[in-house]
Amino acid sequence: MVNLVIDGKKIQAKEGITLLEAARENGIDIPTLCSHESLEPSGACRLCSVEVTKGNRSKIVTSCIYTVEEGIKVNTESERVKKVRKLIMELLLARNPDSDVIIELAEKLGVKPQKRFLPDHDKGKCILCRLCIKTCETIVGVSAIGFSSRGATKIVGTPFDEESDVCIGCGACAYVCPTGHIQMETTGDTRTIWGRTFKMTACNVCGRYFAPEDQLKYISQKTGVPLKELSTCTSCR
Amino acid sequence: MSKIVKMEDLNKAKKRGLDALMPRKTKIMVGMATSGIASGAGEVYRALDSEIKKRKADIILKKTGSMGMDCIEPLVDVITPNMPRMAYGRVTAKQVPAIIDQILNGSIDKEKPTYYMGEEDFIVTGEKIKYYKGKKPASLKGINAIGDVPFYKKQVKLATRNCGLIDPENIDEYIAKGGYFSLYKALTTMTPDEIIEDVVKSGLRGRGGGGFPAGTKWRSCRDAEGDIKYVICNGDEGDPGAYMDRSLMEGDPHSVIEGMIIGAYAIGAHEGYIYVRNEYPLAVANLTKAIEQARACGLLGKNILKSGFDFDIRISQGAGAFVCGESTALMASLEGKAGEPRAKYVHTVEHGLWNRPSNLNNVETWANVPLIIARGGNWFSAIGDKASTGTKVFSLVGKVNNIGLVEVPMGIPLRDIIYDIGGGIPDGKEFKAIQTGGPSGGCIPAKLVELPVTFDDLKKAGSMMGSGGMIVMDEKTCMVDIARYFIEFLESESCGKCVPCREGVHRMKQILEDICEGRGQEGDIELLEDMAGAIIDGSLCALGGSAPNPVLSTIKYFREEYEAHIRDKKCPAAVCKALIEYRIDPDKCTGCGLCPRVCPTGAAKGKIKKIHTIDQKKCIKCGACVESCKYDAIIVE
Ligand SMILES: Cc1cc2nc3c(=O)[nH]c(=O)nc-3n(C[C@H](O)[C@H](O)[C@H](O)COP(=O)(O)O)c2cc1C
Ligand code: SF4
Ligand code: SF4
Ligand code: FES
Repeated sequence: MVNLVIDGKKIQAKEGITLLEAARENGIDIPTLCSHESLEPSGACRLCSVEVTKGNRSKIVTSCIYTVEEGIKVNTESERVKKVRKLIMELLLARNPDSDVIIELAEKLGVKPQKRFLPDHDKGKCILCRLCIKTCETIVGVSAIGFSSRGATKIVGTPFDEESDVCIGCGACAYVCPTGHIQMETTGDTRTIWGRTFKMTACNVCGRYFAPEDQLKYISQKTGVPLKELSTCTSCR
Repeated sequence: MSKIVKMEDLNKAKKRGLDALMPRKTKIMVGMATSGIASGAGEVYRALDSEIKKRKADIILKKTGSMGMDCIEPLVDVITPNMPRMAYGRVTAKQVPAIIDQILNGSIDKEKPTYYMGEEDFIVTGEKIKYYKGKKPASLKGINAIGDVPFYKKQVKLATRNCGLIDPENIDEYIAKGGYFSLYKALTTMTPDEIIEDVVKSGLRGRGGGGFPAGTKWRSCRDAEGDIKYVICNGDEGDPGAYMDRSLMEGDPHSVIEGMIIGAYAIGAHEGYIYVRNEYPLAVANLTKAIEQARACGLLGKNILKSGFDFDIRISQGAGAFVCGESTALMASLEGKAGEPRAKYVHTVEHGLWNRPSNLNNVETWANVPLIIARGGNWFSAIGDKASTGTKVFSLVGKVNNIGLVEVPMGIPLRDIIYDIGGGIPDGKEFKAIQTGGPSGGCIPAKLVELPVTFDDLKKAGSMMGSGGMIVMDEKTCMVDIARYFIEFLESESCGKCVPCREGVHRMKQILEDICEGRGQEGDIELLEDMAGAIIDGSLCALGGSAPNPVLSTIKYFREEYEAHIRDKKCPAAVCKALIEYRIDPDKCTGCGLCPRVCPTGAAKGKIKKIHTIDQKKCIKCGACVESCKYDAIIVE
């Protein structure tokens, strides 16, 4: 066990866990946007920044990556932390003025739009948190989407913005996206995502369309379970 | 190429090398680094080659790297037995026959050398070898010795010790200058700990940006757990306009390789990588040849110098994004992944390339290592400044008379670099500021011209050492425009991973654009300052962490210029087009009719011998009239 102080509270934490985990275990809330418990942290949004003091030196770190250390003092609400958080929220409000998630979070954190930042209208709701890409790569295992370009012009999508032939239409990316940027439409026997339309499979028990054919084929291939057995939806299984 | 195993073999190679360096017949060397080629050295080389062949002259023709004085390239050096070495600057193919004439008849009366060298410094061995014996020839009267040429006078060449003096494609010449003797010393007489100790003692700090003590980094990597470790050389050099590392890799590749072998032995690594940007084909070619030669001699590969130590080096070419020079992005790129930085709470010396302990140093850092081993850490630490030992190579560009690469002892005042080495500001203009540290460095104002060039003094002044870019600016430079220029570069080079850098630098650029274009608002300066603090604190890597420097340093020293743009809608340096007007001074205008002729839009007009005027509505502020006016009658405000 490691002893540390977070916001004045003495805490014991398991070795190797992150400051974010330690804080949450102890009921201390730190805002986050790009961390997800089933994915490796990337440190992209920086919203979870906290101030760590070791001896007489202090620095800003991202709590979703930084692991607990013996004897450190963590401040999740210091002036420096608040300044970083405020700027990040102002920047995101300007980048994604139509995102209800960002607007609500900004309100909760007491951050108002910065008038000098002209709102963008070409970025949709994407905050470039990369949760979708990592889900597709590490959990689904197909890497159908990625980034193109860099800097402020960076965007998420399929390579060359064409229909992906590795995408299985599972929709995990849309599910994990914190802002609802990814458009997925399922109507009747089709589903459209990332510009490609998938044929859905009907459950052989209840007849409900429950998953894209490509997804079931992919699972069958990966697990060796015959496709037929997979053609029953979870509720009927 | 014969194997080098024993001291005897090294000495044999050294002898061959000395014969090649100072042969028994005349040798001509042409500076053929990229800087030389860019100024036409290729043509001069071909002219020399054909002239020598045409006359069947018994002259050796060789290529060498750059001595750094770009403004006098193409540079041709003539080495005649028992004669001072003559250096001819700004040579054109036309002059070649006359130069060959002179060489053949032993005179120097027609084409005057730019300077001569009486002796050559062998800094690794501590020797000086004379090119000639006896008295200085009378014909040299009026010609400067290299040591009296202002550009070279205050320079101390450690890292660039061989550039422009040896043939980089000939390992024997490198050995002749003391090369690979340090490796021999290290592998046969020193323990890894002793080597690290010496590097610690030398005080050598990383030359790639951060200035981290090299010995300390080596020690941590040596102590890190793991059987497989790597040493890596950072030759990404993403700073636009800077080319210290390129010049080193082109002109003296073995110094980098030898440094890496010694480092690898000290750290316990058996594999090394040199990461070079794609835009450096000559550096890649010369490094590749050098690695092949070192391998053929047995200085790379298995059981080097019979010490039982194995080590080899591979070259990896990067696509050349600025951020790929950052240590974690570089390692990701080496692994074939996107060149994006990662949060570095676990250091790369423990978990670096392929998650294994990795020691990354800059090209120039590595090139200093053989010298430290040869002369000792104490010798090295006596050069330069207490906390910033040794020398630093800078690329000196901008509004300065002598443009080029300069290597100076740390602690030298900026003034000496700008005025003595650089020869001051062209056209009698005032010196205004110097930008150091690359795009994310800062601007240091003229009032701090006595500032000693050390890691810590530059940082205190709001700038940094960076990798060694130095851009001199004169009174005609607008500091807001400069900040906008660098921020625009950084905006386009941000990898886009983290919000404060990606979005923050982008917004800073928009505000700076507004200010330059007359849309600045009250409160913008304070907003920029606030944003800067949060971007520095919040960014994932040092690109974002240093990106606000150009803004902060120009606000700190030139706040009134920002205020003039915002409040008075004026650009004091008359650079920002939206804020200036071209007018004709009726007291000076003679009505000569020149400006109406050059004005592309017909804005400048007037009858001959009548005072001319400029129609503000038509003026596109191109400045053509100013260039044309012989009477200084055009006012730009
Ligand atoms: C955005 C960015 C770009 C960098 N580019 C370079 C570079 O081109 N060359 C270099 O040697 N170091 C560069 N660095 C510094 C490296 O991260 C690293 O500190 C250095 O290579 C370590 O070597 P040194 O200790 O010998 O200086 C860069 C750092 C940042 C943040
Ligand atoms: S689409 Fe959604 S999940 Fe993917 S990067 Fe953008 S915000 Fe994150
Ligand atoms: S600071 Fe900039 S360059 Fe570095 S990770 Fe963040 S976005 Fe990328
Ligand atoms: S949640 Fe930690 S950086 Fe985004």
